[in-house]
Amino acid sequence: MSERRGEADRVAAARAAAPDPANLVCPAPIPERARVLLGHGSGGQLSAALMRDVIGPALAAAAPGGPLNDAAIVDVAGGRLAFTTDSFVVSPLEFPGGDIGELAVFGTVNDLAMMGAQPLALSLAYVIEEGLPIDDLRKITESVARAAGRAGVKIVTGDTKVVGRGAADGLFVNTAGIGLVAPGITVGADRAAVGDMVILSGPIGLHGIAIMSVREGLDFEVEIESDTQPLNGLVAAIVAACPEVRVLRDPTRGGLASALNEIATASGVGIELREETIPIPGPVRAACEMLGLDPLHVANEGKLVAIVPAESAAAVVAAMRAVESGVAAVEIGRVVADHAGMVTMKTIVGSQRIVDMMVGEQLPRIC
Amino acid sequence: MKYVDEYRDSEIARKLVDEIHRITTRPWALMEVCGGQTHTLVKQGIDEALPKGVRMIHGPGCPVCVTPLEQIDKALAIAARPDVIFTSYGDMLRVPGSTTDLLSLKARGADVRIVYSPLDAVRIAVANPERQVVFFAIGFETTAPANAMAVAQAASLGLDNFTVLVSHVLVPPAMTAILESPTCQVQAFLAAGHVCAVMGWTEYEPIAERYHVPIVVTGFEPLDLLEGILMAIRQLEEGRAVVENQYARAVKREGNRSAQETVFRVFDVGDRTWRGIGMIPASGYHLRPEFAKFDAEARFDVGDIHTQEHPACIAGQILQGTKTPLDCIAYGVLCNPQKPLGAPMVSAEGVCSAYHAAGRGLAAPTAFPLYDLSRPNR
Amino acid sequence: MCLGIPGKVVEIRDGGSLPMALVDFGGARKEACLAYVPEVKLGDYVIIHVGFAISRVDEDEALRTLELLRTIDELALDQELGAEPAQP
Repeated sequence: MSERRGEADRVAAARAAAPDPANLVCPAPIPERARVLLGHGSGGQLSAALMRDVIGPALAAAAPGGPLNDAAIVDVAGGRLAFTTDSFVVSPLEFPGGDIGELAVFGTVNDLAMMGAQPLALSLAYVIEEGLPIDDLRKITESVARAAGRAGVKIVTGDTKVVGRGAADGLFVNTAGIGLVAPGITVGADRAAVGDMVILSGPIGLHGIAIMSVREGLDFEVEIESDTQPLNGLVAAIVAACPEVRVLRDPTRGGLASALNEIATASGVGIELREETIPIPGPVRAACEMLGLDPLHVANEGKLVAIVPAESAAAVVAAMRAVESGVAAVEIGRVVADHAGMVTMKTIVGSQRIVDMMVGEQLPRIC
Repeated sequence: MKYVDEYRDSEIARKLVDEIHRITTRPWALMEVCGGQTHTLVKQGIDEALPKGVRMIHGPGCPVCVTPLEQIDKALAIAARPDVIFTSYGDMLRVPGSTTDLLSLKARGADVRIVYSPLDAVRIAVANPERQVVFFAIGFETTAPANAMAVAQAASLGLDNFTVLVSHVLVPPAMTAILESPTCQVQAFLAAGHVCAVMGWTEYEPIAERYHVPIVVTGFEPLDLLEGILMAIRQLEEGRAVVENQYARAVKREGNRSAQETVFRVFDVGDRTWRGIGMIPASGYHLRPEFAKFDAEARFDVGDIHTQEHPACIAGQILQGTKTPLDCIAYGVLCNPQKPLGAPMVSAEGVCSAYHAAGRGLAAPTAFPLYDLSRPNR
Repeated sequence: MCLGIPGKVVEIRDGGSLPMALVDFGGARKEACLAYVPEVKLGDYVIIHVGFAISRVDEDEALRTLELLRTIDELALDQELGAEPAQP
């Protein structure tokens, strides 16, 4: 015991005596941990930490608290509105299977849908980097319009700003959206219950790999397109088949693993997955092997996870498969009482392994 | 995927586990010296499926983890320069130096770029003649042929803005150093399959004989590892000590001659310090004098480097296999993948990161420490 | 060392001074350098590490290993039966 205390004292003393990074160019060095890193935006552990330790506490007085969901429910006279906002900073602006305009519309529509809401209207704000070709802006905006039509929503308001060269990656897009939640629908990350079944709407890894394949420094050829698409139709089918649906989540940044970990933590339950049931397209697997990435950490844009009471699972899967965006829906696991807050999967030798959240940015590796 | 999926068959995996249990009559300690193998063993729970007395000691097989702190600090000093484009494999970006890491430097505006292949670094140099391009040439023998080719290419293209910061380490001297240690408990080795694909296994034969340790050249898929372990234990049970090749589909005894030729044209064997272990004689590659103009350490004055490891980090003992992350007070409490104190927690192949990702020795997710942005890390 | 992935050579490319090829990893394709495997032909499988082929995959050896692995329990049974003492 006293050995441990001595060790802790030594560590504390060493920390206090730590030298400034004087080797480096900057005359007033700031310790690295006080700056935001790219990894803070990746949707994994760092992002969660930023929310929990910096943004959350700073907003405390102004925010209602409660679990982090894709959209907020605001009570208004006569009903409940779902309200969400999202910013899109993808580069390149155009990628196999879509562009930033589509991504923005579907992303926000889906955030509303994940609360069980019917999307009503979107706002659209542009922050444009000086020098962006006007043709690109027109093309992307037409794409926004087409996407809105496909999702059945209107763009009702917007804003446009231009910033100097280098201050935005060509174009940053922010969308906010409102939707209507029907009475009796309560969907949330904290609602998963022991015994529930976990359903995935289709193959994972497509969006992230499609983006990576055209990212500078990594380019590889793959017959994969982003799966970006609106999911409100699919959600409507799920809710019709099972109004008691507990959780809906679209696994975007951070991938399936991060989304399920968030749910497991919020609900205080464990989740057990069956690896052989998780659909991963061949080219996604190949690209992940090549770069040393885990497909469970790769971003998706047109998929959702639904957690439903066990007795409704079969009906929900059937209802999903009847909708185009859910044709490949499949049960991938279940909610358990063990290892609360953790997600596990059976290993090749039959034991359970933990499926972790992503830590920072996904970096391709050599070893 | 062909030549991958077949080696992940769970039915065969269980048969192999059963066979290992059937033939094992005594406790044995085996060591693998390859981060990729460590990663798979831990992630798939293979080490925990072995008979109770069989222990897998994880060796210093992660080139990211053993890159000397001094080289990392030099890399940081060079990358901080405004005239430099610093290129590196992705693994190195989060490795902590004495005070910071490449990713943090990138966040401050340094031009740090990830490359998939060293040839990409050469292309960047060709495309940016007015900037100095430096490539962080780390790795074991597997990566040496690629790194060597980049230097050879730069030479044949007559580039004057391309240099490499070399930090290559070699496996056989590390094995010998471990076997020479008075606290060595290793009785058999799994040799790294791809290192041997390049170098062959002739260097291991005298080691097997002198120290009477079985050495099995092993692949990376779960079935490869299980078969390699089975072959090693068979030798141990039978009292044999020779080099055997499990990874026959990719490795020949003489290795890859043309790769070796280029490696030895560009590099020379020399002493190298291993992070956490210390100096091992003749355990690394350095650029030959003919290629000195491509040496980043010669081109850039990196000033006075004072290295300082975090005092709570026991990476050295972990890398030598004398302790596991579970023996470390900082593990999971002060040290985790978000806030790593040492290299083995950063690299995907590091032992500590493998254990942490598998949740070993961690109570529950609430045991993950709050990411403290209000205090400096060191 | 690690991350060497087997892929199929599907296209030979002109890389200037270095022999290059397009390698298919089961759906994802990337260019790689064949300088170290001069014996490799179109259709062969190679192990790729950081953009270089370091070894050619020997198909016969691969099949032999798999066959051995598949029958590992039968071989074990034979051994056990062989070791049984003769019945009195």
